[in-house]
Amino acid sequence: MTTPREFKYVGTRPIRHDGVDKVTGRASYGADVVWPGMLHGFVLRSPHAHARIVSIDTRAAEATPGVKAVLTGKDLPETTATIALGEAAIDLRDVGDNMLARTKVLYHGHAVAAVAATTIDIAREAAEKIQVVYEVLEPVTGIDRAIAADAPILHPALRTKGAASPGAAGPTNIASRLEFKRGDVDAAFAEADVVVEREFRTPMVHQGYIEPHACIARCGEDGRAVVWCTTQGPFVVRDACAAIAGLDPAHVKVIPSEIGGGFGGKIVVYLEPMAIALSRKAQRPVKMVMGRDEVFRATGPTSGSRVRVKLGAKRDGTLVAATASLWYEAGAYRGSPVGAGAMCALAAYKIPSFFIEAHDVVVNKPKVAAYRAPGSPIAAFAVESVVDEIARELKMDPIELRLKNANAEGDKAPYGPKYGPIGLKQILEAARNHPHWTSPLAANQGRGIAVGFWFNAGMNSSATVILDTDGSAAVVTGNPDIGGTRAAQAIMVAEELGIPVERVRPGVGDTDGSGYTDLTGGSRVCYATGMAVIRAAEDVRDQLKARAAQIWNVAVDAVGWENGRAIPPAGTEKAEAMTVAGLAAKMAHTGGPIVGRASLYAPMAGPAFGAHICDLEVDSETGQSKVVRYTVFQDVGRAVHPGYVEGQMQGGAAQGIGWALNEEYIYDADGVMENAGFLDYRMPVASDLPMIDTVIIEVPNPLHPYGVRGVGEVPIVPPLAAVANAMRDATGIRFTELPLSPPRVLEAIEAASAVSVGA
Amino acid sequence: MTVTKLHIETTINGEPREFLCDSHETLLSALRNGLGLTGTKEGCATGDCGACSILLDGRLVPACLVLAPEAQGRAVTTIEGLSSGDALHPLQQKFLEHAALQCGVCTPGFIVAAKALLDAKPNPSEDETRYWLAGNLCRCTGYDKIIRAVLDAASEMKESAI
Ligand code: FES
Ligand code: FES
Repeated sequence: MTTPREFKYVGTRPIRHDGVDKVTGRASYGADVVWPGMLHGFVLRSPHAHARIVSIDTRAAEATPGVKAVLTGKDLPETTATIALGEAAIDLRDVGDNMLARTKVLYHGHAVAAVAATTIDIAREAAEKIQVVYEVLEPVTGIDRAIAADAPILHPALRTKGAASPGAAGPTNIASRLEFKRGDVDAAFAEADVVVEREFRTPMVHQGYIEPHACIARCGEDGRAVVWCTTQGPFVVRDACAAIAGLDPAHVKVIPSEIGGGFGGKIVVYLEPMAIALSRKAQRPVKMVMGRDEVFRATGPTSGSRVRVKLGAKRDGTLVAATASLWYEAGAYRGSPVGAGAMCALAAYKIPSFFIEAHDVVVNKPKVAAYRAPGSPIAAFAVESVVDEIARELKMDPIELRLKNANAEGDKAPYGPKYGPIGLKQILEAARNHPHWTSPLAANQGRGIAVGFWFNAGMNSSATVILDTDGSAAVVTGNPDIGGTRAAQAIMVAEELGIPVERVRPGVGDTDGSGYTDLTGGSRVCYATGMAVIRAAEDVRDQLKARAAQIWNVAVDAVGWENGRAIPPAGTEKAEAMTVAGLAAKMAHTGGPIVGRASLYAPMAGPAFGAHICDLEVDSETGQSKVVRYTVFQDVGRAVHPGYVEGQMQGGAAQGIGWALNEEYIYDADGVMENAGFLDYRMPVASDLPMIDTVIIEVPNPLHPYGVRGVGEVPIVPPLAAVANAMRDATGIRFTELPLSPPRVLEAIEAASAVSVGA
Repeated sequence: MTVTKLHIETTINGEPREFLCDSHETLLSALRNGLGLTGTKEGCATGDCGACSILLDGRLVPACLVLAPEAQGRAVTTIEGLSSGDALHPLQQKFLEHAALQCGVCTPGFIVAAKALLDAKPNPSEDETRYWLAGNLCRCTGYDKIIRAVLDAASEMKESAI
């Protein structure tokens, strides 16, 4: 074991470098730029949830004064390209079809045409003149309907991939079926003293980033395109734009704007290839900005679900067997996060025998996009609710039950690999020892706990560190900064070079100005891109040592490095330690400018766990509930900037609380979303929440030089069950369907009291 | 084409300004598109997110629900008008110190709304602050650090006023 490193900057809370621009309104987001000669694009969207497009007549729109270009699916080539995304792949044929329908519309709000005009009003009015003839089909608005024998089929060519259910052969809405198993489940259940089985449902919910999708693009006569957009992955956008708009990726440059939230929802393209194609037709830049209703209807969300979980335990609390059947809505095209959900479902527990099946189901709703730990919160809601029930049956403390079964280093994860050092037991112990767990509850209050897991991602990252003659440094990566990653990267450069963090300028490069870098997602930026930043800074340091060696006329290996200074070997004549600034000032005479670079592929990351304790107060007259106390415990490996680490933990918890209590896509029988606005799709506001306490646990990740683990995704996993378990504690009722909105809670409370009155 | 533009004279962040707008144009659009003041954000255009918060004659309003012609003869304060010279407003400073922003797109709206709160009530409680800011959505922070930043700014402004 090496002794833990002493840090000077890691673990401090400097003011973020991009902060002043953000508190003064100067920072430029997706919709904040104007390009000379710019046109405005408007998208015509389907009024039907499921229909065949018979014909589209755009002549009247094209003839409208001020209209410069009109686009339909026929104008774009069909692509078969895919983009690798970690283990998964983005199918660009589906992405293109989702962006602009070709033959069928598959959800209400699906784009069918786009217009570019000199003003947005002209573009909108012209779009309304486009004549689309539809052959309306029955919409499939949920899993139950989608898998019925007589269900309308969304994609006639779709066949179930993977371990198909017996008898499934022909056209289907089940895009894939996976199985995970270990041991003999039936025999294991036969030995259990307690068995609990429940079925859970959750509705679609949206990521809810406050900044709508927006972009501006220009495409010249030479087929070269420049795109400015709000995205988590400029390189993903570049490759997707090239394939969908039919350009050479070498001719596409993507400049990421500041990004107003993403949570996974700003990875795929919805507008950018359309803006390019419109610009190519019009030969002028085209700006496209979504309205909030378009964001709800045509982007995001994450899956609605149906999950059945059965757990068996011995009387002493040992979990012996589990089965789980997961059904996730993919929306209009295959690709729900059900596989990840299945892999995460039992990640916390040592269960010798289990069987999990996972189904990806297409329905006539928007194509789902990644949402913070995609798939895991839904699975955790079911599993952690059932674990809570087991604890109640056994009259065991729910933390003790979890601790008894918790996975630790060396245990084999249910999804395959052996765990390295993980902090699950540490967070549970911290929760048990925290005053929150034993504090008294008031009347009408209940307390719940739940844990959550996420793999975290590694993947491709690049970084450049540029030294200036005054000894300051710039660091550039290709990761848009959603939550303070620039500050973290500046801290890393400061740490490695020993220069003040304020003298490091962190920046986000465009696709021509940074090495290839996978998206900002998977909680990978501080971990994988951070590793590239550290190595690039080390590269600068090595070059500085070589310069010092040259100045002192000694061997490079003999040069030491301490506290941001090169140290001459003992006994070197007339040689004194040199600072970064001193060496930087001499760069021109010792070989020229110094640029450090690093690029890497991180095949793995450090997985992470969190535990949340929620206190809920329930008004039995109205069904209204309020979170009155909330504490988040999480193993973060190493907190580089604790302020932004806490921020991730608090923000994830708040999103999860919204999912648990209020948020849902509401559809009518025709498949039209009825609440496509913030008034009726109710996300938590400041008065809904208490302060969210955070307890940072640091079990260093051996794969990272500082021990960093991804932080951003885990905190949305536990809240659904933590809130539902608190609701169970407060009301005595086990809710198996989200959200726990006042009408649903009130109805259940009234039904329960009717039963007890009748009994 | 008929001429439909209206000529509006107003005061923005203390300076007299004129602009042309359509009669149905929102003040948010006029600020962002006509006047280049893009610090005021659009998150919903229906008055439900607070990203477009501005002060109109000192009163907190969502600029997306105000028609641009209504600015005639009135005083508009936007996020761009909060810092003075080279000094940030205490709220801006406290948002930075408390890490009260992540993506930052809600931040201008929160700071303007919080300024209106502190103008009206220099010493708000946590509860009052939460309810006052309930018209502003933040999806990133869970509000904890925002509330702390506002309360801290309030106590600092009170101290410096003594
Ligand atoms: S844009 Fe005005 S309140 Fe949302
Ligand atoms: S910081 Fe992103 S919405 Fe508030």
